[in-house]
Amino acid sequence: MSKIFRNQLFIPIAALLLLAVFNLIADPSFFKITLGYNSAGDPVLSGYLMTILDYGSELAILAIGMTLVTAASGGQDISVGAAIAISGSVVLRVLCGRDHHAETMQAPIIVAFLISCVVAMIFGAFNGALVAFFKIQPMVATLILFTAGRSIAAWINNNELPIVNEISFSYFGGFIPGIPVPTPFFIALACVIVIFLALKFTNLGLYTQSVGINESSSRLNGLNPEFIKFLAFIILGLCVAVAALIKVSRLSTINYSVIAKDIEMDAILAVALGGNALSGGKFNMGASILGAYVIQFLTTTLYKFNVPADALPAYKAVVVILLVVFSAPTVREFFSGLWKKMTKKGVEANAKA
Amino acid sequence: MKENAILEMKAIDKVFPGVLALQGVDFTLCEGEIHALMGENGAGKSTLIKVLTGVYAKDNGQIYLKGYDKPVIIRSPQDAQKMGISTVYQEITLCPNLSVAENMYIGRGKGSGVNWKKMNEDATKILQSLDIPAKADQQLSSCSIAVQQMVAIARAVDMDCKVLILDEPTSSLDEQEVEKLFKLMRDLKARGVGIIFVTHFLDQVYEVCDKITVLRDGKLVGEYEIKDLPRVQLVSKMLGKELDDLSDISGESKKYEAQPGLAPVFEAKQLVSDAGIKPFDFYIQKGEVNGFTGLLGSGRSECVRAIFGADRVLGGNVQKDGKAVKITKPIDAMRNGIGYLPEDRKVDGIVGDLSVRENIILALQVLKGFFRPFSKAEANKFADEYIKLLDIKTASADTPIKSLSGGNQQKVILARWLLTHPDYLILDEPTRGIDVGTKVDIQKLVLKLASEGMSITFISSETDEMLRTCSRMIVMRDRAVVGELTGEELTQSKIMNTIAGGEAKK
Amino acid sequence: MQKLKEKFKNISDTNLLLLITIVVFFLMYIGAVVFQGKGFLKPQTFFNILNANAALILLACGLSLVMITGSIDISVGGVTALVSMCCAVYLDYQGGNVFVSMLIALGIGLAFGLVQGILIAYLDIQPFIVTLAGMFFARGMTTIVHTNPFNVENPNFVALKETRVNVPGMGSVNKLGVYVPAYVELGVLVALLIVLALFFILRYTKLGRNFYAVGGNNQSALMLGINVKRTKFFAHLLCGVLAGIGGYVYFLHVGSGAPSHAQGAEMNAIASSIIGGTMLTGGVGNIIGTFFGVLSLSTIQNIVSSAGLDQAWWTGITIAAMLCLFLVIQSVVMARKKKQVKK
Repeated sequence: MSKIFRNQLFIPIAALLLLAVFNLIADPSFFKITLGYNSAGDPVLSGYLMTILDYGSELAILAIGMTLVTAASGGQDISVGAAIAISGSVVLRVLCGRDHHAETMQAPIIVAFLISCVVAMIFGAFNGALVAFFKIQPMVATLILFTAGRSIAAWINNNELPIVNEISFSYFGGFIPGIPVPTPFFIALACVIVIFLALKFTNLGLYTQSVGINESSSRLNGLNPEFIKFLAFIILGLCVAVAALIKVSRLSTINYSVIAKDIEMDAILAVALGGNALSGGKFNMGASILGAYVIQFLTTTLYKFNVPADALPAYKAVVVILLVVFSAPTVREFFSGLWKKMTKKGVEANAKA
Repeated sequence: MKENAILEMKAIDKVFPGVLALQGVDFTLCEGEIHALMGENGAGKSTLIKVLTGVYAKDNGQIYLKGYDKPVIIRSPQDAQKMGISTVYQEITLCPNLSVAENMYIGRGKGSGVNWKKMNEDATKILQSLDIPAKADQQLSSCSIAVQQMVAIARAVDMDCKVLILDEPTSSLDEQEVEKLFKLMRDLKARGVGIIFVTHFLDQVYEVCDKITVLRDGKLVGEYEIKDLPRVQLVSKMLGKELDDLSDISGESKKYEAQPGLAPVFEAKQLVSDAGIKPFDFYIQKGEVNGFTGLLGSGRSECVRAIFGADRVLGGNVQKDGKAVKITKPIDAMRNGIGYLPEDRKVDGIVGDLSVRENIILALQVLKGFFRPFSKAEANKFADEYIKLLDIKTASADTPIKSLSGGNQQKVILARWLLTHPDYLILDEPTRGIDVGTKVDIQKLVLKLASEGMSITFISSETDEMLRTCSRMIVMRDRAVVGELTGEELTQSKIMNTIAGGEAKK
Repeated sequence: MQKLKEKFKNISDTNLLLLITIVVFFLMYIGAVVFQGKGFLKPQTFFNILNANAALILLACGLSLVMITGSIDISVGGVTALVSMCCAVYLDYQGGNVFVSMLIALGIGLAFGLVQGILIAYLDIQPFIVTLAGMFFARGMTTIVHTNPFNVENPNFVALKETRVNVPGMGSVNKLGVYVPAYVELGVLVALLIVLALFFILRYTKLGRNFYAVGGNNQSALMLGINVKRTKFFAHLLCGVLAGIGGYVYFLHVGSGAPSHAQGAEMNAIASSIIGGTMLTGGVGNIIGTFFGVLSLSTIQNIVSSAGLDQAWWTGITIAAMLCLFLVIQSVVMARKKKQVKK
């Protein structure tokens, strides 16, 4: 029993089950998935579960990078929302060129995406450099970009709102004709596969954990802790670029102050919900990714019950606090002690009988 | 309670998950006595002290204090302080960002205000009376470690404590500072304070203590008058076995003869790092064991750190097997077949949350490269091999290293470097803070490795350990190499004279 | 020179960073006067900075306290919005009286401080996560209390809001040649009083010194006999209360309730505190520095807007640049100092 409690996947799975059961009791139609056709006449699956799969995917992509940053640096990047605004803005800038309502795209999507990857990685590198080389705590270092990011994003397009008219651009955040499952899921799947291959066939996992746990001894074992932290931030930058592509593709345009708002909080929560210590060190990538979908599950559940978007955070906060309280070591100890006492009493009672 | 006892602990039990840390331990401390608490690592000394100071709650047993008719319950270090029990720990437990005076007065006294003027005056008085070279209003982090330690003692002294616990206070002090501390301890003893002294240095026990209590595996072995317990017996009581193991090592010959015409395995000329050492020359031959000796702070660790590239190297020429190489960071040294077991195991050695297996393969893995991780099977093979070879006591290879005892952690770090099969291995204080049994194991291993052709530099604070293992010793004073001793010169007195330098010649 | 070097070595971290902050503020203000014209020489320009930022001073003070203890609180902006909204709704829709509205503000701050303090100090949950949830909760609750922004028209409140306190001996002659005395709002007086009180608490009370000790090394603090949990708890409690008061001062300045109030205020507060020489690692910081931090931050905002760069993004970028600069200065100065001590 206590083994189950201690397993890292315990929290996200328990939370997921709890949410699922809650929805099942409140309204089983939550789980209904319908096959319909969109305006272009292509088959699409819809339903709350699909929404979770759709929007949870961008979160999962961010959670990958956030987990690495957390593990290596012992802190979190709070600028991912702002960074998404920047790289989204870059994508649009490249696609639309100077003309904000260009009928045709000025560059292939892949070029725009690659350029936005480079830009996002540069901003990741900026954060990483502050953290790794100037030894500034990650939260504070990324506070800089958090404050400036959306302004920079607006500045890139001179505060105008370019619109992409090309239909194929909307595939990334919507559906590819003929495939009824939302594309973000496949993109996330690809990212997850890539990261798991990377963890299996390189020492990324061992190195980041080692640096996160003990920087000094890692250095004496020949590692370069600064570089590894730096690398973690760059990888997060890449994740940001991918998420940004999905985000701008959904709208075909951008809203600088609203796009990916509060997403950094969700991404951090995904890591925490995955049972990873926010103080760094050991991590479990699978748990983080699962955590991302659980967070989205929660968000969608709240939407379903007509919680207005602005009030959503209040409910989320309560749930988060409950989750964190119950996963706090002191509270867990208390409960496992209680459990032991209860089972002990039970055994004794049985023995007496 | 006994007549002049000020503290009696009776039948103390303390259980941690899976471990009986203390079982029915009794301990009595009398007025005006210095009482050594001895035992190997894991014997329960620290646990007993933490129970006494309220850091841990005891599971069973009573604590009696003079002046209280009922058994006392100590819930926190604060409680302990109020009852007159003060502790000076091995690690500095002061706040580096506060001033010296604040560190002496914070967390105690009545009222809620701070009177800076009075506090600084009082602190200055105490610092002067104890001859501690620190200013009251100086920020603590600007003092040397030794001075910080002394400030901690000054704090305890000022608290008018009845029971003073010194938990390995001497491990970061040099000889003169230790002398000063002992003088202080004797002063306090004369005032009727009972002192519990925990240390690994046997010499120090016999120099200042009146009584010894020995613990082993969480149980009480016994309490002895110092005069009734010769050293050999003390060690055997701590180990729980007779001392044959210790004697067979000292008998071994360690004459080393270099093969003619062979370039040194490692040679450095005018090597200097940013850690404040003077440029030094150094070489080591194949199969040789040499060592750096000198007082704490004389620069022995800094020298080997410079060799390994652990500090920033500022200049000098380095040759490996007669070829010029460049070593500026640890990985360079590792690629050249050099291994380094660092002085501070906790800070520089172990990667606490990682498993024993991962800790063992770490260095070799880094050498092998980022894109070529070991398979699970390979890693397991390596881990199992070395766990067996070095007799590492761990539940499994998956156990996090931080849950192992100090000695076993050290063996894991040793395994890590042996696994890289270095030509040249540097061991900086491999025996510090670990139990006597493991110490002997490590010394034996050093000699065995050397006989197989590995070159080893061995550093230890305990000169007799070095005498047993090294065939050549480099003596350091004030961050510079001042001499080199070989063969017949390798005696305790000769080393002392060289370390002391000019003064000894008078 | 040698003496100066010696002094530099012995100066405490807190004082060193404070010194840098004050010097930078004065340089910046002088720069503003030189490059942006005489407007900055008018006393009222300076006092307007205070008027507009009294609430920020209070929030930043609260943050300094928790940051000195080595913790963080990012809920203060949310609490400010919630306080404004609750008080606004109470005053206008419930026809409440002004004194009770103050109690409400204090009560909200206290509640946040209490709950967050318990979770962080006694249940040992990461402060970032707890206060992140606190921020979410406060923002969400603000919308739940009332969705749309509105101005408060309660006459007593408006009278209080309009109350201006003239600064004796300061003033300037306006375009019509009439002497206009410089004034501050009530909130500024509250903020200044609290700054002084906190300065006193941090320097001359045991609680204040315990904040530093816990932030310096909480393990050591425990061994020194300090009740670490209680100290942390008090830091968060105080921060919550200050957020409550700050929220009311903000409310008094803007006179309205809106869910978008004090957006990003937590970040401004953290930035001010850092510019003021507080280190997020804990143990180093000073309330006077925080005060100057807020002034520096708002002066630069003023410079930016009076330089004609009034597009919103410039403010964000300049604040970020300044934060970046200060963080780098801190990190470099500390590293150099450490090196000197080593030698």
